[in-house]
Order: sequence, then C-alpha cells, then structure tokens
Amino acid sequence: MRVAGKGLVDRSDTVTFSFDGRSYDGFAGDTVASALLANDVRLMGRSFKYHRPRGVLTAGSEEPNALVTVGRGAASEPNVRATVQEIYDGLQVRSQNAWPSLDFDIMAVNNLVSPFLGAGFYYKTFMWPRKFWERVYEPVIRRAAGLGGLSGAHNPDSYERAFAFCDVLVIGAGPAGLMAALTAARGGADVILADEDALMGGRLNAETYEINGKLGHVWVAEVVDELAEMDNVRLMSRTTVTGAYDHGTFGALERVGHHHGRRDEGAPLECFWRIVAKHSILTGGALERPIAFQNNDRPGIMTAAAVRAYLNRWGVSPGKALTIFGNNDDAHRTALDLAEAGVRIAAVIDSRTDVDIKGDYPVYRGAQVFNTSGGKALESVSIRTINGVEKIQTDCLAMSGGWNPTVHLTCHMNGRPTWRPDIQAFVPSEGAIPGMVAAGACNGTFSTHGCLAEGAQVAGKVLGMLGKKQPDLPLPQAEDAPYRMAPLWAIAGKGRAWLDFQNDVSVKDIKQAAVENFRSVEHMKRYTTQGMATDQGKNSNVGALAVLADATGRGIPETGTTTFRPPYSPVSIAAMGAGAQGKGFAPERFTTSHSASVEAGAPMIEAGLWYRPSYFPKPGEKTWRQSCDREVGYVRKAVGICDVSTLGKIDIQGPDAAALLDFVYTNMFSTLKVGRVRYGLMLREDGTVMDDGTCARLGETHFVMTTTTAAAGAVMKHLEFVAQCLHPEWRVAMTSVTEQWAQFAVAGPKSRDLLNGVLDTPIDNDSWPFMACGDMSVLGVKGRLFRISFSGEHAYEIAVPARYGESLFRELVSRAQGVGGGAYGMEALNVLRIEKGFITHSEIHGRTTAFDVGMAGMISAKKDCIGKVMAGRPGLVAADRERLVGMKPVGAVKLLSAGAHIFAKDAEAVRENDEGYVTSVCFSPEVGTYIGLGFVKNGPERYGEVMRVVDHLRELEVEVEICPPVFFDPEGGRARG
Amino acid sequence: MRLDCPMCGSRDRREFYYQGDAVMLARPAVDAGEAAWDSYLHLRDNPAGQTRELWQHEAGCGAWLVVTRDTVTHAVSAVELASDVKRAMA
Ligand SMILES: [Zn+2]
Repeated sequence: MRVAGKGLVDRSDTVTFSFDGRSYDGFAGDTVASALLANDVRLMGRSFKYHRPRGVLTAGSEEPNALVTVGRGAASEPNVRATVQEIYDGLQVRSQNAWPSLDFDIMAVNNLVSPFLGAGFYYKTFMWPRKFWERVYEPVIRRAAGLGGLSGAHNPDSYERAFAFCDVLVIGAGPAGLMAALTAARGGADVILADEDALMGGRLNAETYEINGKLGHVWVAEVVDELAEMDNVRLMSRTTVTGAYDHGTFGALERVGHHHGRRDEGAPLECFWRIVAKHSILTGGALERPIAFQNNDRPGIMTAAAVRAYLNRWGVSPGKALTIFGNNDDAHRTALDLAEAGVRIAAVIDSRTDVDIKGDYPVYRGAQVFNTSGGKALESVSIRTINGVEKIQTDCLAMSGGWNPTVHLTCHMNGRPTWRPDIQAFVPSEGAIPGMVAAGACNGTFSTHGCLAEGAQVAGKVLGMLGKKQPDLPLPQAEDAPYRMAPLWAIAGKGRAWLDFQNDVSVKDIKQAAVENFRSVEHMKRYTTQGMATDQGKNSNVGALAVLADATGRGIPETGTTTFRPPYSPVSIAAMGAGAQGKGFAPERFTTSHSASVEAGAPMIEAGLWYRPSYFPKPGEKTWRQSCDREVGYVRKAVGICDVSTLGKIDIQGPDAAALLDFVYTNMFSTLKVGRVRYGLMLREDGTVMDDGTCARLGETHFVMTTTTAAAGAVMKHLEFVAQCLHPEWRVAMTSVTEQWAQFAVAGPKSRDLLNGVLDTPIDNDSWPFMACGDMSVLGVKGRLFRISFSGEHAYEIAVPARYGESLFRELVSRAQGVGGGAYGMEALNVLRIEKGFITHSEIHGRTTAFDVGMAGMISAKKDCIGKVMAGRPGLVAADRERLVGMKPVGAVKLLSAGAHIFAKDAEAVRENDEGYVTSVCFSPEVGTYIGLGFVKNGPERYGEVMRVVDHLRELEVEVEICPPVFFDPEGGRARG
Repeated sequence: MRLDCPMCGSRDRREFYYQGDAVMLARPAVDAGEAAWDSYLHLRDNPAGQTRELWQHEAGCGAWLVVTRDTVTHAVSAVELASDVKRAMA
C-alpha cells in the first residue's frame, strides 16, 4: 500500500502496466516491484527447483526471487528483475517458472517430495540406466526446473557497443561515490561516474539520513546537478559496471531503452561499454544479508533495507503490520522510519540481549524468529524468547543479518577478499585490482559521514597520482553512528531454512554436503548449487560459508570464499555481441565487378569474406554445369574474362626486396629480370607449404607479390615477421595493395587481340612474351599488365586502379562477347586449373609438403629459405608419402567426389587400407569425363594403376586410373603461343 | 587488456595479434642440427611468471612487438619493437 507523504515517485504522473494480464497503476519512478507492492501484490515468482511461492527479497539488482518476463513476442525479455525494471505506460510483465499460473503451479508438487530432491540429488539419482539421461531425465528436469524462456524468434531489438576513456572511473553513486566524483572532478580529472540505478544517490534515496541538514536525496540532487554541468564529467546512470579486466579496462552495461516502450526510434535497447580508466574508485555500497530460519522465504519476508527503500524511495509499505528481526542497530532504523510514516509495527525482535531499544511497539530482546506460516503470503511469525515460544500476526517481516560489502569487482582478477571479524564480513583486499581503490560501505565503512570522508580521501589520493591537487572541498555534515552487530547466520530448528533463494539451497543442504565430505567451499558450491544462480550468491554466499564453517568446525576465513567472476549482474549475449550479428559477424568484401556480376544473374559464392561469381547463366541453360562448360569453352576456344582482384597483392620495395623474396620463397627471385614474373612456392618454417603465387619484378627494387585469396592476410603477416623479427637489417618495406588494384584475367587464344583493342600501345609476342609484365595504358588509364596463366591458355592479367575496375570489367566482357567469349566464374576457373594440374588450397591444405605436390625441385640448393631445413626431414621426403596425382574414372561409375578415399583395387575400404584421398574434382569438357586431383601413397610411381575410390559419406564407389596431374597440354605450348 | 605500442601508444588488445614465445627471434643456422631446430620450432617453456612473447600490432602500425608479461598477474612490464630486440641480439 502507498504511504501518504513518502517517496520520490511522481504522484502526478500515473503509469499503467500489466502483470499476468491484469492492469495496475503505479507512478513514474516506480519499479515493477514497488508498483506491485503498492497494489498489494506480493506473489511475484516461483522458485527454481521446488516452485515455492516467492515475493521480493530485495529492492535492487541482487534480487533472487522476483524474476519476470517483460514484453511480448519476439521482443520479450525473460529473467528481468522486477526490482530493477522501471514501469512505463503499456509495459507488459508476466510471471515465469509456473504452470498453469503463478497462483496455481502444478510443479509445486516438487516441494512436497523435497526430501528426495536435496543436495546432490541429480548426481545420485539419475546414474542409471544411462540411456534414460538424454531421453527422459534431462527433458523432464529441464521443463520442471527453469527460469523464463526465450521467444525462439529473431531478436528485433538493436544493441550497441562503445568505448570510453577517463582518468577516474567511479563505480557507484552513493555518498562515497558522489563525494569521490565531486572531489576528482573539482580537482580537474576526467571522471566517469557510473551507477546501475536510474536515480543516482544509492542508499541516500532509500534512507532518511540528513546531509548538511537536508534530506539525503536533496543533497544528492545538488551534487548530481553540479557534476552534470562539468565538461570533465560523464554521468552514466542505468549503467552497471559488470567486470574489471586487465590494465584498467572495465565492462559496463547501459540499459538504454528498458525504461520506456519506444522501440521504433532506432535507439538501442542496451549498450555494452568498454571503459578504460587510469584509476578506478569502487564505491559499490553493501548488500544486506538475510537470516536463515525455517520458511524464511514466504512472500512478505524481505530484507530490512528493502523495506526502508520501498517506504522512503517509493512511498510504499510492503505490509500493514510489520515485524522487524535483526542482529544489528541498523535494523532499528526500519522501525523508526515506519513508525514515523504511521505504519503499524507488530514487533521488533533483536537477537542481542544487551541492546537498548526504545519504541512505541512490542520489543523482544535476545529473541529469534524460528518459523513462519502463511501460504502465498506471510501471515505470522513464530519467535523464541527466554520466556518461551510466541506467535505474532504480521504480513511483512523485515530481516537483517548485517551487511556484506559489495566486493565482487575486486575479485574479478583472482583477488581474494579479506575477512574483518569486527563487522563479520569480507572487505576488498588492497591491490586486488591494479589501479582500484575502494571507499565507503563496500570497504566496510558504513556511516554516512564515514562514506563521505573516505570518498573524498581516496579521490584526493588518486588526484595526487594524476599529478593534480586535491580541491578545497568542505566535508558535508552527516550521521556517524557506529555499526554494532552480533553474528547471526542460521536459526537452529527443524525444516528448511533457506540460504540461496534463487537455487533453493537450504542450511540442511550445506550440512549434508559437509557430511558427505564436500568440505571445500568450491566443492560444496558445486554439490549444492549454492551461489550458482544468476545472482551469484550475492544474498547468500557469506551465510552459506558461515554454515559450512560451523558444520566443519572451522572459522569463516579458514573456510575461504568462492570466486566472484564477471559479470556482476547478468549481461545479455546480444549486448556483448552488439554489431557482430549477421553481416556484422561476417562483413562482406565486394570486388569492383560485383554489381556487373549480379546484374548478369551470377550466383555469388563466398571466398573468405569476399563474394565471387560462381557462373554466369545464359537463357536456356538448366544446370550450372551447362553454364560452366560453356565458360570453359570461352577460354579454351576464344577469350574469357574473370575478376581475380581477390587474390592478395603485396607491394614490396627496397634495396633488399630481392633478398626478402629469396628468403620467403623456396626458389630464386634475385635472378628474376625486371619486367618478368615468376611462380613462387612459400613454406612454413616446419616445411609445410604455406602458399603459392606469382611475383612480378617491376623495377630493380620493386616487386608485386600475389597470394591466394585465402592466405593474403597470413602471408602479409609472415613477410612482416621475417622483415622485422629475423632480418631487421634489410632495407625493405611492404604494403598490401589488394583493394587498390582491380585485376582481371583475360584468357584464351583471342586474349591478345582483345587487349590490343583497348591498350593504348598494342603488344605482340616479342614485346610481351609469356611471363612478361610491366606498366601499360588502357583506354587512357595507367595500369599494369602481366602475361600469366592459371588456365594453361595464352592469357594476361590486367590491373587498373580500383576506381576504374567496374568500367574496365564491363568493357572487357562486352568486347569478349563480340568475339565468341565472355565472363567466366569460379566453377569454370576451377575446371581450367584442374585440367592443368594447378594446385590451390584444396591441395596445399596445411599438411602437404613441396615434395608431396611434386615441387621438391623448386627448393633451391643455392640458398637458405624459410622451411628449407625442416622440409628436408626424412619423414617429409619419403617416397611412400601421399603424393599428388591425377585420376580418371575407368569403371561403370563415372562420377568423382572430393573427400573420397583411395584404396587398392581389391582392398576392403576400411581405414587400415587407406592409401590416399581426392582433393579436387570436375567434369572436364576437354577430357570428356570427370577428372580429379588427389594424394596417393608413392603417387607418381603408380601412374596407370587402377584403384578404388570410396566416398563413405555420399555412398559413392568409383574405379579410377591414377595418372599424371596435368590432363591438358602437358608441354604448355598454348600458354606460350 | 591493453598494450603500449612503442609506435602508437596504449591500445586495446583487439588490435593485436598474438604469435607466441619470443624465442622465434632466434632462428638457428641452417647447419645447427635437428635438436636446435626442434627446440626452435616446437619446444616452449610454460612459466608461471614472466614471459617474453611476440605480438603484432596488426590493426595498427603493423609492428611486431616483444611483450614482457607476467602470466600470473597479466602485468605487462615492457613492450619493445621486435626489430630493436633482434638488432640487439646481433
Ligand atoms: Zn602500433
């Protein structure tokens, strides 16, 4: 119910939303949790395992119970904390993990059979029969125990990622954080202040503390206003710093669009930030811990801090008659605030005997709550005092077991927090995150004065390290009450006393783990699932640790802590992967002829990130093979045009360019004449073939290397490695020019005639013989011409600056069409090279050597080169290695498939008899059948032998004759002609 | 993670390519023998502590770098140009 005169919500702005189909009103500034509590709705979820009815436990992002699904259809978002989700008009909220309804959940039967579902239940029960696991147990368990589900549809929301840099990142905008940010900012540092809440101020918005005689939230607003005016400050609200990483890098999730319903304005739903900070100040506050006692999970039981937050920030009382149960002074503020607001207090129970409590309500000292009753809402609590047992009628219990500093981020780089016996809690260890200092409640300093003073002090220290002066900033006046508490973790008694509300782990489960010798925290955690839910045990880890310590007869610090890992609170994969979905995951690289190819109807295929035309269909052609055969015919009989720009082009210049090439290629390049091209083979240092291609010498100290499309990046990196790491004394520089040049193959008997129609100076066989290269001018544009051939035909590659690529391609294709030729695609290119036995990465696939591909002779004896020593290892030059051969079908079946394995003619087709495999196949119009390339043991020694080729995947069996890998024009006369 | 490229300054880890141990700088002579080559190519120390490794500022200036890093704390104590390191070895 709402409490008159309380809260920071805007009562003039009514907001209507729905929960499980029913409409409710709240006010601007409400969360789903505060608005539902204002409407006396307390049942908000069902627990994960036992489907017990649950309400809110907290008022923040640590909430373990009130997880809901927001939105509908494809845009729905599961597992949203009702305590974090701000309401807006039209917001649709649904409960989850309950069927058919939250009110009547069939799976609550789990709760009745719970004696059989305790710790280690899965491990013990579903061991046998093994087959049942996948088919029966797992699907049933997954349906029964689960959180919200995804829609299964494509996520229509957009997400962003961004970088930010600063001198000082302040994490958390409570009193310590605001004071630290103000001090650092006034001192002239670049400051980012991030807070997960929509409203900065932390607990100051949830308490009735005064600062400088004003209510805390008024002081907060003044400081935030001042910071917002400063150019050196960036305020990031609704932004959770989720992880601390190496060298001052932080991950942070900004919830950009979750608080309004506008999805169609292009704004992202979330933004994932990477913040790089020279220094960081952790002012993350503290989280109040619950107390474990029987049935401490009924809707209406929550932390005392949550009750004060609902009252003071949202003007809501979570009940009509409240009971407070605690072990520390702080808990009594709850009673004071409630009493002042006119809410009825049923009882105040303090576990300590030596405290002085005054109030106009029943007070029990040295007493404990040991059980509760009620179904879907709390009805009464049972307490034990020195006088006996008593039942108190109450609909809301505020409990406080003390405070845990929010040390999580300080553990992200493997740091372990330090136990402080005086506050019975862990605090950050100094230096756990390089460059980070902690201040305020997260450092174990709980009074408002202490927080303000420590925030100012650490900011001053950071300013000093930045070489800046601490500004003269008076410390505001605030309360400085001591934090007095006596440890109280679990109340002795029967039944289940809950620790981890989200994973349904009870005190009994922890004790059971200890009995079964899972005494290490990490073992206990995995055995019971304690702390393994999405709240990462924020509310329960320390309590569970205390129970385990007690059960194993050790102290808490000796028992240890579990490791907190990023993220601090859940981050959607969509946000972390923002920009990397779909085309963002695999960007497209287009050649200059792309649109011309698409216009011609060519299906485009991927080659790495590039797109290349597969073939250019003509009307009347029914299969790709018909188009391909026709295009092969262009090149063999007339002239074909193919865009080869995707091949890597590396410009290499310098007096030692030739020395570099001699060292990276197996063969000689220093002897290459200017104006000539040579084929080169490149090895890895282990002797395996890395890549092949041609390299042209354009000048005495100027070469242009081509690489295969696939290896362009790797070769560039390799060249830089050799030049910088092995021979820095060489004067040579290289740069990739792949994108700068558009390059087209002009191949076929009519290629020179075609070129002479566009070249400004005609060429002939003397001026431009086979393997010649140089500058030329085409239709007035300066470019380069290389007489090289990947088809075995008289052929050229012509290169122009990329901006002329498209028009040159269109011109060349049009002229080729005029003489019985045209454009050809990847399919035809592949046929042309297989017919000639030219290798690609199908053959040089990372396991083959120069010896294997028949090029051992290309390793020059006159010089050292990368890979030379290791290529000479006996095992890499053994005759019985699988070596390159050609093959033709000779039996009844005429089809070949790449990937098939090769066996002796009469051998059984099993692994032990494997003698090789097929790497490339095509139908050869020239040969008239399918032909293939592959590797066979003793390769060239078996020419003429008939072997058995079996493709076990495609269930294809073919008899082939092993033959030399060159099927067409073995003398090479056509390319020279 | 961030690295201080001697050419470009402090940059995000995503701009760098990781190669491996900086022993790659010490390429054996052709006649150094099988053991030396085996060691150069395949045998690596796996220290819990300081290690020297090769990175390339691939999405930046292209420089190959020798990074001295502690494998336990991830603290980077030095970033040098590999070409300078190699020259000093000669
Ligand atoms: Zn750089």
